[in-house]
Amino acid sequence: MLVAAIVSLTVLGTVLGLLLGLAARYLRVEGNPIVAEIEQMLPGSQCGQCGYPGCTGAAQALADGSAPVTLCPPGGVALVQALADKLGVEADLSGVEDKGPQVAEVKEEICIGCTRCFKVCPTDAIMGAAQQIHVVFREACTACSKCVDVCPTEALSLQAVPVTLQSWYWNKPKLEAA
Amino acid sequence: MKIFEKFFSGMRGGVHPEGRKDLSAARGIRAVPLPGKLYVPLQQHIGAPAIPVVSVGDRVLKGQLIAAAQGNVSAPVHAPSSGTIVALGDHVAPHPSGLPVPTFTLECDGLDEWTTLDVCDDPFALEAEEISARVSSAGIVGLGGATFPSALKLNLSRGVRTLIINGGECEPYLTCDDRIMRERATAIVEGISLIAQAVAAKEVIVGIEDNKPEAIEAMRGAARASSMKVVAMPSMYPMGSEKQIIQVLTGQEIPAGGRPADIGVLVHNVATAFAVHQAIRFGKPLISRIVTVSGGAIKSPANVEALVGTPVQELIDFAGGFSQAATRMVLGGPMMGQHITNTAVPVVKGSSGILALTADEIGQDEASPCIRCSTCVRACPVGLLPLEMAAHIRGSDLAGAVDLGLKDCIACGSCSYVCPAHIPLVHYFNYAKGDLAAQERGKLKQEATKKLAEARSERLARIERERAEMMAKRKAARAAKEAAAKAAAEKEAAEKESAAQAPEETA
Amino acid sequence: MNPIAHSPHAHAPSSIGKVMLTVMLALAPATVFGFWLYGWPAINIWAVSLIAAILGEAFVIRIQQRAVKPVIMDGSGILTAWLLALSLPPYAPWWIAVLGSLFAVVVGKQIFGGLGQNVFNPAMAARVMLLISFPLEMTTWGIPSTLSSPNGLNLIEGLKITFLSQPLDGMASASLLGHVKTEFTRGIGLDQALTGYFTPMDALSGLRVGSLGETAAVLILLGGLFLIARRIITWHAPVAMLLGVAVPALVFSFIDGNHYAGPMVHLLSGGVMLGAFFIITDPVTSPNTTTGQFIFGLGCGLLTWVIRTWGGYPEGVAFAVLLMNAATPLIDQYVKPRIYGRDRKGAALPAKKGA
Repeated sequence: MLVAAIVSLTVLGTVLGLLLGLAARYLRVEGNPIVAEIEQMLPGSQCGQCGYPGCTGAAQALADGSAPVTLCPPGGVALVQALADKLGVEADLSGVEDKGPQVAEVKEEICIGCTRCFKVCPTDAIMGAAQQIHVVFREACTACSKCVDVCPTEALSLQAVPVTLQSWYWNKPKLEAA
Repeated sequence: MKIFEKFFSGMRGGVHPEGRKDLSAARGIRAVPLPGKLYVPLQQHIGAPAIPVVSVGDRVLKGQLIAAAQGNVSAPVHAPSSGTIVALGDHVAPHPSGLPVPTFTLECDGLDEWTTLDVCDDPFALEAEEISARVSSAGIVGLGGATFPSALKLNLSRGVRTLIINGGECEPYLTCDDRIMRERATAIVEGISLIAQAVAAKEVIVGIEDNKPEAIEAMRGAARASSMKVVAMPSMYPMGSEKQIIQVLTGQEIPAGGRPADIGVLVHNVATAFAVHQAIRFGKPLISRIVTVSGGAIKSPANVEALVGTPVQELIDFAGGFSQAATRMVLGGPMMGQHITNTAVPVVKGSSGILALTADEIGQDEASPCIRCSTCVRACPVGLLPLEMAAHIRGSDLAGAVDLGLKDCIACGSCSYVCPAHIPLVHYFNYAKGDLAAQERGKLKQEATKKLAEARSERLARIERERAEMMAKRKAARAAKEAAAKAAAEKEAAEKESAAQAPEETA
Repeated sequence: MNPIAHSPHAHAPSSIGKVMLTVMLALAPATVFGFWLYGWPAINIWAVSLIAAILGEAFVIRIQQRAVKPVIMDGSGILTAWLLALSLPPYAPWWIAVLGSLFAVVVGKQIFGGLGQNVFNPAMAARVMLLISFPLEMTTWGIPSTLSSPNGLNLIEGLKITFLSQPLDGMASASLLGHVKTEFTRGIGLDQALTGYFTPMDALSGLRVGSLGETAAVLILLGGLFLIARRIITWHAPVAMLLGVAVPALVFSFIDGNHYAGPMVHLLSGGVMLGAFFIITDPVTSPNTTTGQFIFGLGCGLLTWVIRTWGGYPEGVAFAVLLMNAATPLIDQYVKPRIYGRDRKGAALPAKKGA
C-alpha cells in the first residue's frame, strides 16, 4: 500500500514535471512584448529627462524593473498610474507633483530670437528664425522643458494649459462621508 | 393608477419630481424691457463658435448679422437690438465653470431699430433647401436646451417618416413651452408645417405632457385644419428627452450611437418651431426667447420674452427680485440645469429658465454610503446600472464604467434625484465622460507629437547621413587630389573649396 | 471645495434613515405581538440585541476614527439587530443576543467596510453563527406565555430567564419544524407528527411556538405589503421566495403526503415570511435588478425547502439566504437591464430608415 502510494506519486510528479519542461521549451514567448507596449504608452518625444537614451531605452528599463514608474515628467500622474497598472506595481505618487498638462510659453518681451530653443525641441513645436520672436505651437508641445533649459534669457517657461469651455469638465465628486 | 401609467407610458424608469409649475404657469409672457447693455456670446450652440463680422465701434441694427457661422456645425449670431458694439472680449459664460468666453458687448441705443427684413408672403411655396437655408441664416438652434443647429438637423433628416414636435417640458418649474403653446399656437403650427415641408415628413405628432391641458387644447385648436396629431403623453420625467419621447410616441428606439433619422424620425422643440415660423414668415433671426423665471426665492415668478444677451439679473429684477436669499441659482430646469454663481451671465439661445431655489427646494444633499437599494436602476430611463457605474468611477475604473454603458447615459439626473443616499451619481458620470474626453484629447496629442518627434529624428538622421556621405566624398576627392598633384598649391585649392562649402552646410 | 453643484437641483424626499425607519415601522406590529405572546423575556432579548449592536458599532467606528453619530443614526445597525432578535428563541439567554448582535454589526458588516459593503446578510450570518456554535440554546423554544394571561411571566421572572439562564421548567418545547424532523428520525409520519402541532389558523394568528418573527405570519405579511406599497421593496423577491418554497412543497406533498409537508406548513412556519419580506429584500446583499431579485428569491425559497426537507437542520432560511448572498454578484453579472438602443448583448439596434 505504502509502496503503491510512493510509486504513483513519483510517476505523477515525473510526468507532470516533464510536461512543464516541454511546455517551457515549445510554448516559449519570444522576446518581451511588454517593452514595445510600454514604449507605446510613453510620450515618444525622446526628451531624455528620464536619463535614458530616449523613450525606447526608458521602456526597456521600465520592463526590467530597473527604473521607477515615476521616471517620465512629461507623462504626468496619468502616465504613472497607467504604467503602474501595466506593470502591476504600486505607484508611489509622493514624488510626482501633478501640475496638470503644461505647455512652453515664450515671453515675447525678453525673447532675443537666438534660435537655440527650436534646435533642441524634440517635436518641432517652436517656430521662428534668427532675430525673430519665437512662437510655441501648443498642440505640438510636450512640455519636456528642454527649451527652458537652453534659453539664455529665461524667456521660456512652462505654463499650465489654460482651461477653456471646451476642455473644462466636472471634478470628481469627493468621497461620501462614509 | 401609477402602475397603470407606468405600464403604458412606453418609457422605462423615469421619476415623478414635484412639478412646481403652478408657480409660473398662469403668468402670461411679458417682454423684458430693453436693458442698457447686451452681452452676446459668439458661441451659443453646439459646434464651432461663430466668427465676428462687425468690429468694436460699429453701429448695428436689430437683427443684423454680427457673427457668421464657421464650418458645418455652427450657427450665426445676430444683434438682438440696435446700438453700438462697445467691446468684443471675455465675459463670464452661462456655464457652471464660470469661465470667460468671447462675447460681444452691445450698448443699446434704445431705438430698437430693425434691419431690413426679408418678409416672405407665401412660405409654403419655398423649396425644402430654401427653408433650411433660411433657418440656417436665422441662427436657429434647438431651443429645448441641446442648442444643436436646427438647419443641420433639417438637412440630415430629409425624407424622414415622422416629425415629432416636443412639447413635453418635463423639467419641473419650467413653463416657457407651456405658455408659448397657449399663446402662440397658430404660429407654432405654421412653423411645424414648414419644418414638415422642409423634411417631407409623412406624419407629424405633437407630444405634450398631460399636465398642460390648456396647451393641448390650444394646439389642438390651431392644428385642426392640418393633419398633425396632438398627443397627450403621461407626465413623467424625462419625457421631454429626445430618446424617450420617440420611444413613447413611436415605440421605437434610436440605435445606440445613432440619430433619430436612423429610424426615420426628426424631433424639434415647440419653441424651435415658433422660431422657424418667425424666421421664414417675417425674416426675423433668433434674437429672443421665452424664459421662465421661477423658484421659491423669486418674488413673482414669470414667463418673459428676453433678448439674447440680457443679463440674468435683469430678468430677476423684472420678476420682482428675490423674496428671500436664494441658496442656488440655476440656468435651465432643476433636473439638468446648470448652477450659476454670477447673475451677470447673459440669457443665451438655450436658456429655458432661471431658477432661484431655496435650500428646502433643493433638498438635503450630503452623500452617505450606497446601500445598493437599486432605486436608481429602476429610475434609469436608459436601462443602466447607475450604482455600479458610480462605484467603478469612484475606484478610478473608467473603462469599467464604459463597459457598463456610461456612454449611453443621457445625464437626465433621475438616478441622483431618487437616490436615498444622496450620491451625486450624474456628477460621477459627467466627471467620467469629461475625463475620458480629456484622455482622448491627450492621446491624440501624444500621437501627433510622437509623429513629429519621429519626423524630426528621421530628418536629423538624414542630415547626418548626408553630411557623412559628403564628408566621405570630399575625403576621397581630397585623397585623389593629394595623390595626383604637388603639395602646397593643391592644398590651398582644397581649403578654398571647403571654405566655399561651409555656409551651405550650416544653413 | 468646489462650490459649484452638479444637477439635479432637486431631490426626492428620501434618505437612508427614512428607509430604515420605514422598515422598522413595518416590523413593529409583529414585534409587539411577539412581546405580548412571550412576555418579558422577549422584550429583554430584543432590547439587549439592540443595545449591543449600537454599542458594538459605535466602538468599532470609534476605532476607525470616523464620526459615530451618522453611522448609528442611519439605523442600519439597529435594524440588523432587530431582525436578528426576531429570529432568536424568545427565552434565549442574554449572551446569545449580545454575541449575535456584535457578530452581525462587527463581523457581518463593519469588517467588510460598513454599510453597503457586506456580502452576506449580517443578521443571517449572526444567526447561523449562533446556531452552529450554540445549538442547544438556539433550539430551546418556550411555550408562549402571554403578558396578559394570569400565569404569564412577570418582569422579574423574565429577567431571570434572560439574564440568569433560569431553566424553563415545563415550558420547553420544540418548534414545529424541529418537531417534525425529530419525529421523522423516530419513523413517525407527518400525519401523526402534525397532529396537534399544526393548524393553519394557529399559524396565521401566531399562537404557537417559535421565534419572535416566526409566529405572527399575518403581521409580517402585512408589514411586507406596507413596504411594497411604500416602494421600499418590490414584490419580486418575496413572491419568488414564497413560490420557491410553496411549489416544491405542493408537488412533493401531492406525491407523498405522509413524508413531505404541504405548502401551508412550509409557508407559515420558520422564518419564511420574515425572510421573504424582510431578510432577502435587504438591498445590500441582494441583486440590483428586479429580474435578478426574482431569481435570488426563487433560489432562497428552493434552498430553504431543500434544506428543510433533506438537510440536517430543521430550518433552512438562514442558510439559504447566505448561499444566495454568495450568488448575488454572479446574478448581477449575468442579469443586467437592456440598455436603450441596444439589444440584450449590448450591440446597437439596427437602423431602419423610414421612407
